[in-house]
Amino acid sequence: MKLTVNGHNVEAQAGETLLTVLRREGVHVPTLCHMEGMLPSGACRICVVEAEGQANLIPSCSFPAAEGMKILTNSPRVINARKTVVELLLGSHPDDCLYCAKQPACELNKLSRDYGVTSRRFPVARKKKPLDISSPSISRDPDKCILCGKCVRACEETQSVACIDFVKRGSDSFIGCAFDSSLNVSSCVNCGQCVNVCPTGALMEKSDIQPVMEALSDKEKYAVVQHAPSISVSLAEEFGLPAGTDVNGVMTAAFRKMGFKAVFDTSFAADLTIMEEASELAHRVKNGGALPMFTSCSPGWIKFVETFYPELLPNLSTCKSPQQMLGAMIKTYYARKHNIAPATIYSVSMMPCTAKKFEVTRPEMGREGCPDIDAVLTTRELAQLLRIHGIDLKALQPEQPDMPFGDRSTAGKLFGASGGVMEAALRTAHFLLTGKELGALKVEAVRGQAGIKEARLKIGALEVGVAAVSGLGNARKLAEEIKNGRKDLHFIEVMTCPGGCINGGGQPFARNKTAIIERMKALYAIDAAEKLRTSHANKAVQALYKDFLGKPLGEKSHHLLHTKYARRKAADIV
Amino acid sequence: MSAPSKVDKVLENYSFAKRDKLIPILQDVQAADGFISKPAALKVAKHLDIPASKVYGVATFYNQFRFKPVGKYHIMICRGTACHVKGSAAVLKMCEEVLGIKAGDTTRDGLFSIEVVACIGACGLAPVISVNGEFHAKVNADKLRKLVEDFKAAENSNGK
Repeated sequence: MKLTVNGHNVEAQAGETLLTVLRREGVHVPTLCHMEGMLPSGACRICVVEAEGQANLIPSCSFPAAEGMKILTNSPRVINARKTVVELLLGSHPDDCLYCAKQPACELNKLSRDYGVTSRRFPVARKKKPLDISSPSISRDPDKCILCGKCVRACEETQSVACIDFVKRGSDSFIGCAFDSSLNVSSCVNCGQCVNVCPTGALMEKSDIQPVMEALSDKEKYAVVQHAPSISVSLAEEFGLPAGTDVNGVMTAAFRKMGFKAVFDTSFAADLTIMEEASELAHRVKNGGALPMFTSCSPGWIKFVETFYPELLPNLSTCKSPQQMLGAMIKTYYARKHNIAPATIYSVSMMPCTAKKFEVTRPEMGREGCPDIDAVLTTRELAQLLRIHGIDLKALQPEQPDMPFGDRSTAGKLFGASGGVMEAALRTAHFLLTGKELGALKVEAVRGQAGIKEARLKIGALEVGVAAVSGLGNARKLAEEIKNGRKDLHFIEVMTCPGGCINGGGQPFARNKTAIIERMKALYAIDAAEKLRTSHANKAVQALYKDFLGKPLGEKSHHLLHTKYARRKAADIV
Repeated sequence: MSAPSKVDKVLENYSFAKRDKLIPILQDVQAADGFISKPAALKVAKHLDIPASKVYGVATFYNQFRFKPVGKYHIMICRGTACHVKGSAAVLKMCEEVLGIKAGDTTRDGLFSIEVVACIGACGLAPVISVNGEFHAKVNADKLRKLVEDFKAAENSNGK
């Protein structure tokens, strides 16, 4: 069908919303409550446009395109209405923007500037609700909430956790947990997808920059750092570089400049994880262990199973996540090798993830009262740490990471994207079970953005069913199928966030999905470009086994690299 | 297994119910228990297979649902237009002062609770309150104080 937008002819398909049509045509319409790929909610009204013949302005996000419509997106009436919407939202909003951690990414602030709001037109007494800083991962400031509802939808529709919802009504309403409990006692899995969609500073990661700064300047402390596979392809966005730019080498140099005594790559530990996990899978297949086996790298997923699917706990791989494996190796093997008391090591990990902040607080993740990891910073916090230190990534020369945990295969690097753990594991499982490399190495079926990816493939005589799912809503679907007796899958990779760690709750705020796809492509490009592409061929991993661990699933591995899980209670679950 | 609670009994009437039955269930639970307790809300959530946050969200949306047990004497104070004109704001304030609780609360001894309602539908009697369903017309400070004293006295003589 045909319609006109600001006097220009435009084509549209039946069933499309006006917003879809306008965006395709490159006509900018602001949104606050709209979520790409989801049904519109029409809550915020910032996307209103004028349609000839319609008495009222119409919300473009939820209004279907129709034949012959004449749309104005920038008429004085439209602009005035949008400005009023912003002014109303600001009526009860705190004006401490100078001190707000969300800056400069605040979408409300941007709209206020774009529409020239320069004073408070509707002064409304603010209801002071206290901060909720109960969670180790996420801090909530209800006063900054504009009730767009995106966090509620991310939590319910994307993640199927639904620990938050609108509470009360009208001007009394706020976003809260059941019984207005604090986030930490709810069924929240700490994934931070709510943080990623929040347009204001109402939801932020809990900052751990201060203790890291203190450790860096403490002469008694030996500060070391590890960085997750997806960080090097997303950090650049915080500094205005295109999405998908790999800054691995200069980031390593930057860590040293900030005073870290050693820089390790979590992708090395991902290779280590693969050795343990592929061996565990082979062991389960041979000895009739619980199948399908689920991966255990993603701490949000682990908490999800502990909370919602305790009956599937035996199906979780007992492998610690790469972060925790490396944490354990640093404070045991590395400490001994370099004659450093483990308690003086301050081990920091840079993660795309808010749930990792929770994972390090799990009491089983350490020895003798000494946690394996001392602090976790998100990619966003890392960017701030770099700014505090006045470091310009563009001015640095790439450097190599420190041994013995610096070398990685590209298989380990793939851990950053959905399907990557599966692909890495298949490469190694194939080698362990058949003694031969997996043909082309690339497993196309588990690549890409789809939420559930399945494949059947032959490893020697064995035919295995594998799946890679991302987003807990998708994981729940598969978990239900397995609970109901589905038997054709042997190995399932689950990543908590849609698309995997590249879209983690701690990543740079992406304005659209293209950035996420670019980050994914960057990881595949690294895999295509380098020679060392399998975890079992990583000489540094082989050396670690020879020198210290013995063999995969051996006694040392059991103590240091594996863990256990337990059913978890929450205030909002019987 | 412990004996089925009042909530379990309510839920028995709603086997195979879907989420559209949430409000009727909450009404029945409140009728049985006097309020929506946390354990009751969790049971309802589990019964309907919906998150507890949803149950709480819906229940807090409507004024009719209470989250604290009501007192033996449940005082509903009409704050409708007619009562407002006739001074119901002062009645509410007085009631809160006399009982030492805010509207929505219950006294520590469990005797009294105050609830604000939009309109009781007895505007001719404004300002009007109802105690356990019994209406008291043209209430003022003295009347209210007397009423509360009488209830307390009745309780004391009952106890002896």
